[in-house]
Amino acid sequence: MNKNALNRVGTLVGFVLILLWCLLPVAWIISLSFKSQEAVTNGSPGFLPQSGGGAGWQNYVDVIQDEQFRRAILNSIGISLTATILSVALATLTAYAVARLEFQGKRFVLTTALVIAMFPVVSLVGPLFDMWRTFGIYDTWIGLIIPYMSFTLPLAIWTLSAFFREIPWEMEQAAQVDGATSWQAFRKVIVPLAAPGVFTAAILTFFFAWNDFVFGISLTSTERARPIPAALSFFVGADPFNRPASLLAAGAVVATVPVILLVLFFQRKIVAGLTAGAVKG
Amino acid sequence: MATIEMKNIVKKYGDGFPAVNDVSIDVADGEFLILVGPSGCGKSTLLRMIVGLEDITSGDMVIGGERVNDLAPRDRNLAMVFQNYALYPHLTVYENIAFPLRLKKRPEKEIDEKVRQASRTLDLDEHLERKPGNLSGGQRQRVAMGRAIVRDAKAFLFDEPLSNLDAKLRGQMRTEIARLQKQLGITTVYVTHDQTEAMTLGDRVAVMKRGVLQQLASPRELYEQPVNLFVAGFIGSPPMNFLPATVEDGQVTLPFGTFPLPADKAERTAGKGLLLAGIRPEHFEDVSVMADDAVDGTRTFEAHVDVREWLGDQQYAYVPYDAEAQVQDQLRDLAREADSESLRTQLVVSLDAASGAQGDDDVTLFIDSDRLHFFDPQSGENLTVGL
Repeated sequence: MNKNALNRVGTLVGFVLILLWCLLPVAWIISLSFKSQEAVTNGSPGFLPQSGGGAGWQNYVDVIQDEQFRRAILNSIGISLTATILSVALATLTAYAVARLEFQGKRFVLTTALVIAMFPVVSLVGPLFDMWRTFGIYDTWIGLIIPYMSFTLPLAIWTLSAFFREIPWEMEQAAQVDGATSWQAFRKVIVPLAAPGVFTAAILTFFFAWNDFVFGISLTSTERARPIPAALSFFVGADPFNRPASLLAAGAVVATVPVILLVLFFQRKIVAGLTAGAVKG
Repeated sequence: MATIEMKNIVKKYGDGFPAVNDVSIDVADGEFLILVGPSGCGKSTLLRMIVGLEDITSGDMVIGGERVNDLAPRDRNLAMVFQNYALYPHLTVYENIAFPLRLKKRPEKEIDEKVRQASRTLDLDEHLERKPGNLSGGQRQRVAMGRAIVRDAKAFLFDEPLSNLDAKLRGQMRTEIARLQKQLGITTVYVTHDQTEAMTLGDRVAVMKRGVLQQLASPRELYEQPVNLFVAGFIGSPPMNFLPATVEDGQVTLPFGTFPLPADKAERTAGKGLLLAGIRPEHFEDVSVMADDAVDGTRTFEAHVDVREWLGDQQYAYVPYDAEAQVQDQLRDLAREADSESLRTQLVVSLDAASGAQGDDDVTLFIDSDRLHFFDPQSGENLTVGL
């Protein structure tokens, strides 16, 4: 066997190992979600359900039919999407200004943004809980959207301003000479070119919002605004010492699916090197 | 179509340094004007002030009779080709060319007609559906021009459009631009640091140095009647030779000998002490290749050729000479201003290709001393302009 082939086999083995490492927990959750509650309680160590221990789609049906969980899915999607859209829109404008304009306090804006992003989430929960109750936005969508936005904006701004800086000034100058207003130049030329950055920022923001548990459990009290991670923790069966593991697993799978779909969708948009050909490279 | 009048245009940046200082140029309707100069001379800044991408500190910019100082670029209706083309990479060639028309919300049919016409003119038909990233440098350049010509703009502005192309393509595109400009008859301002482009393309050429307009004239006039040392040294390749000279009794004394001068030139320069004489390489010849009756014995001198470059149609010979430190310093400054470097004081002479002169040879050279220019070493002014 020559060295080249050996290399290739080695790479392949490495890939498989890493994939196993990453995907085993996911696979296990999926496996668990198809086992019946009894089988889990009795101990069902196999990866595939033992005969008679399978639940088919029953766990999923139960999860979906749970009124609270359906509501949680809706909350999660709504809150995460709103936070993402608002955050990305704001970050795009801010990052453009940061990248293009010289203004007083530019460094201050950037460092402050970074400091905010570094704040431990837990340290803010207490004050927010108090404030939100005073403002009357405790247990509402907006009460979660605001903290999600403030934690994801800094990263989005930093990511996007890096992208904007890469776009040559001439692009928008050419557009302006061609008859575009500043806003048209921004919308028709700059934003499409920064699209990979916009989608990167969008994914990061969505992840943060979708996966958050601390805010979700602390700033909500009913299904009015409770997102999926928090809702899952309320999945308690009849016996508090015997949690419905298979039901939880099904819930977890349901919570994972939208994120995977989203990544697959956005991944196509994140095409590296979109600016190639704009200028002599 | 429009005239462009620049009246006492000044551009000062934050530090107060005038990048463009009191420049006045009138560009006639349909004229091809070249702005040329070494890097940092303010030529691009001036162009960007015409198009509106730079604010004008003072002075008036009048396009087609209308003062445009305070108009945004989009309201000036000028078309510009950028040095790096600035094509929109996310749009196809077709959409790139159509972009200005779409912004004006023209009907689809008109857009299609104009884009197809431009693409035919520029030979881009087969590339219309491709993205700029998949095009070669020359094709991108043509797309950038296409975007300019669909517009019915008042004038074309080019900012060093050919500097990113390789030498061969540059020559072709240069001809292409000249043809297109003549065909469309549109007022054009073209910035370049390449003097071949300046000399071949322009109806008139404006030479700039450190923000100041040095001379505005036809290419021929610039070459034959430079008003000062800078223009003389900047225009022409290889550049004009500058030699220390003194004029007395109708004769000029150069480091190589004393030669006769025409009466009018001698009269203007006599008794002025040490001057700088300028003479172009082609005004020398190897005596051995000249007809015997053409050789004037008073205008020949012996020279030692250091290096020779044979180009096929002609050859350059380099003849080093010694000059006083003061003259050397001045020549070095002059070369630096023109973006080049003079390492030693030497004469560059262009000889007939038939000349058998070799490197490290002693040859007899003829100097056409009637063609000498004389410059005041302090002010750099050409004392014999017009003669």
